[in-house]
Amino acid sequence: MAIELPENVVVSKLDSLANWCRKNSLWPMPFATACCGIELMATGASRHDLARFGAEVFRFSPRQCDLMIVAGRVAMKMLPVLQRIWQQMHEPKWCISMGACASTGGVFDTYAVVQGIDRFIPVDMYVPGCPPRPEQLIQAIIDLQDKIQAEGTIEGREFTTFVRQQRKRALMELPIIGASQIRTLPRQGVN
Amino acid sequence: MSMLSEIVTALKDRFADVADSEFRGQARLVVPPLHCLSAMRCLKNEYGFDMLVDITCVDYLNFRDATDRFGLVYVLANTESNLRLIVRVMLNEPDLAVPSVTPLWEGANWMEREVWDMFGIRFEGHPDLRRILLPEEFAAHPLRKDYPLQGRGERHNFPVLTRAEA
Repeated sequence: MAIELPENVVVSKLDSLANWCRKNSLWPMPFATACCGIELMATGASRHDLARFGAEVFRFSPRQCDLMIVAGRVAMKMLPVLQRIWQQMHEPKWCISMGACASTGGVFDTYAVVQGIDRFIPVDMYVPGCPPRPEQLIQAIIDLQDKIQAEGTIEGREFTTFVRQQRKRALMELPIIGASQIRTLPRQGVN
Repeated sequence: MSMLSEIVTALKDRFADVADSEFRGQARLVVPPLHCLSAMRCLKNEYGFDMLVDITCVDYLNFRDATDRFGLVYVLANTESNLRLIVRVMLNEPDLAVPSVTPLWEGANWMEREVWDMFGIRFEGHPDLRRILLPEEFAAHPLRKDYPLQGRGERHNFPVLTRAEA
């Protein structure tokens, strides 16, 4: 049975609507510990203007944020602080690991520096660079917006299954490690 | 005001087993741990070295021609005559302890804590000898040369937060 709708009414799913709202008003929590923090500030400033993508309101309280941007190396002594701040943020929440140091430890392969924050907290987007340009961070936020729109956050189902991971635009070209997952990847070029 | 060479000579006469050397115009005294505190007190009270610029340490493990394991370095300055004097105390395991100089210079407090943190040298009489840079639960002294560059797994001993938990 068809229902007649006026032209100015759009039918959608609640998930989709919620995701659309969320992705366009991200509130970043700047966890800036090093030079990446300077690029993070530049991203938020007028020249690069993160406000164009709805993520310009940096809050320094984790209670008011839903996107943690870890910018810079995390020392071993800082990691409990990072984890605590992550736990203090409300769901739905996302995390961007900005720069080589936050993602892998970078050049600081010493006794005191954590070799990638994804060993200890969940990460949604990795930004390469040392430090990354503001354009790269903006690209990561745009990709995260796609991810939020595609994967949903209601009931905490986000970012779990491989099917959802496949939709990550930034990671589409990269092999995903794990034997069960390699088989389902589309082969590119070679047999 | 005494010249640096006169001070060095006077110290050598006064305390046994004090050696001296010079490197690029800087006078250096090597004082045995036994006389460390009294020599420091003499330098401060009688020769006007009123400022303790720095305390640091060198690990001479596997260093060519080295006879002692640790070299504790005190950099003293006289703010009136602008003289600077480097006092070294050589230490060997297992007796890695020297008297603290916090009674003479209050500023030695945190510097001695840093040397304790990084090299594990005990400063006896220090009011609060705790780690200053590394976490309390850190077990080793990482600036020693026999400590591995990438650590002994300390940086992995944290709980892993997953999406389900947090």
